[in-house]
Amino acid sequence: MSHVLSHTWALTVSRMRLAMRNRAFLFFSLIMPLAFLFIYAGIFGRGRVQAVPYLLAEVLALTVMGSFWGLSVQLVTFREQGILRRFRVTPVGASAMLASSLVSNYFLTLPTIAIEFFLSRSVFHMAGLGNVLSIFILVTIGTVTFASLGLIVASVTNTMQETQIINQIIWFIFLFISGATIPFPLLPGAVQAVAVFLPATYLVSGLQRAMIDHTTLLDLGMYLASLIGCALIAFIVAAQLFRWEPESKAPRQAKVWAATAVVPFLLLGLWETVNGDLRSHAMKNLQSIREPYSMERIEH
Amino acid sequence: MVSGATIEVSDLTKRYGDVEALRGVTFSVNEGEVFGLLGPNGAGKTSTVEILEGLRTPDSGRVSVCGLEPQSSGAEFKYIVGAALQATALPDKMRVHEALDLFGSFYPHHRGTPELLKRFGLEEKRSAYYSQLSGGQKQRLALAMALVNDPRVVFLDEPTAGLDPQVRREIYDIIEELKKEKKTILLTTHYIEEAEKLCDRVAIVDHGKVIALGTPRELKERSGAVTRITVRMAKPEANGALGSLEGVTECRTEADDYLLYSTRVPRTIVALVKHLEEKNNELVSLEISAPSLEDIFLDLTGRRLRD
Repeated sequence: MSHVLSHTWALTVSRMRLAMRNRAFLFFSLIMPLAFLFIYAGIFGRGRVQAVPYLLAEVLALTVMGSFWGLSVQLVTFREQGILRRFRVTPVGASAMLASSLVSNYFLTLPTIAIEFFLSRSVFHMAGLGNVLSIFILVTIGTVTFASLGLIVASVTNTMQETQIINQIIWFIFLFISGATIPFPLLPGAVQAVAVFLPATYLVSGLQRAMIDHTTLLDLGMYLASLIGCALIAFIVAAQLFRWEPESKAPRQAKVWAATAVVPFLLLGLWETVNGDLRSHAMKNLQSIREPYSMERIEH
Repeated sequence: MVSGATIEVSDLTKRYGDVEALRGVTFSVNEGEVFGLLGPNGAGKTSTVEILEGLRTPDSGRVSVCGLEPQSSGAEFKYIVGAALQATALPDKMRVHEALDLFGSFYPHHRGTPELLKRFGLEEKRSAYYSQLSGGQKQRLALAMALVNDPRVVFLDEPTAGLDPQVRREIYDIIEELKKEKKTILLTTHYIEEAEKLCDRVAIVDHGKVIALGTPRELKERSGAVTRITVRMAKPEANGALGSLEGVTECRTEADDYLLYSTRVPRTIVALVKHLEEKNNELVSLEISAPSLEDIFLDLTGRRLRD
């Protein structure tokens, strides 16, 4: 067990170094999220101070969800280039390899989150910081969850092309029907009915509630439990389906296994559909902006 | 002495879909021996080595390395073996010393990075990215990494494939050094020169089977000690005529050359010259070469290694 931890740590340090030398990584993990912040707060928020917490929460969610994208691509690249099989000759196991993906990605996400907070305060004059503990825990668990989903994509796809296609599809769903770009209350009813089953929706909503209403961890318990459940299942499934060799193919039942990772959000979505808690929270969050143009659209 | 062998392989079979890669491979390697698997591409060398490394599972047959079964022994096995794989890479932006540090950290007992850098001539490249290394440097790094845990058994899969002759010779020197350290080494190659120069014993592999096994010298002797005479003539000759010359056991043609295998070289040459005079033909070139593993391979399979 101590070996697994020491291997994980050694791999984590190495992968963080590699990521920082990678221009694509710097662009997607640092420059793009910050560009989102300036576009959201500067253009959508029109520089108004009261809109910043709502918009920052969206940017934080996008940053966290970005973990999903990078990790699957990295793992598939390592597999395709025969890098993984070199590790297979050593005592390193699949779990250390996968855990190092999650941990290195988490450590690399934190500075971006901190910079986003810093700029929101210094450039956009955001007043408070929200419930810092809730935000920290949501970011932490969210990053691990979305990264684990990325590992699942890597484990069920056989080629980089396949990985990219699945990533695109899932990413656009996360991006446009979770409330991270278009506010949840502005989505058509049918889309909302689907959105309540997405982990992304709860991440966005949870972060907004923690930012705007200072919602405590206890009140976010359902969201957190679902994120943790999803992360655990995704990690276990990814470890079971892990492949070292470029030519080995995903077993046919792999996609069925991978689908089990959505079970926690299926349950939360059903609960949400009955209680309708999320919609009222989302509406309340949006009203905190008091953005004239968007309010008009809601009233119609 | 059956259980005394460091590596034991018996009756190994492996099939990939319709392709029978291994059809009952058997051999054993003694402690401290450099053992070569020689054969053309697709003969089953890599499949055999990758089963021994624990990267693949055989369909049937048994393998053991230092008494351990590679597929089921876990870390205990990984600690005692080192490997330079054929189809592998490191991340482009990993520095040479970082790779050695990282891989060393996986083992409780490992060699220091400075020592390895020095020994494999990589000191100047210690901070270079993997992507900046030449083919020879990458291969030296692969060998250094194979030795990072000071293993008892080292697997080298085509250690010089794709390298130019000078770099190849550098790698030979490194392997010769390992030999002095009494490491048990299993290497695969399709270069005859490599097998003859480095290996204590060689197994010639073709179509998933060991077709000959012994020291390079034994194999040569076993091939009947026929000497090859390569001749080129101004006008083409009938194969049969040359084959019936005195001492000639076999005659083949290869492009414009006639390869005469002879047990009595001086007599064959005299007969050849007489024959050419009679036919009003002229000798363009003549070369006499002692039997090599290449000839043995040709003898056993009817094909050249590098076809």
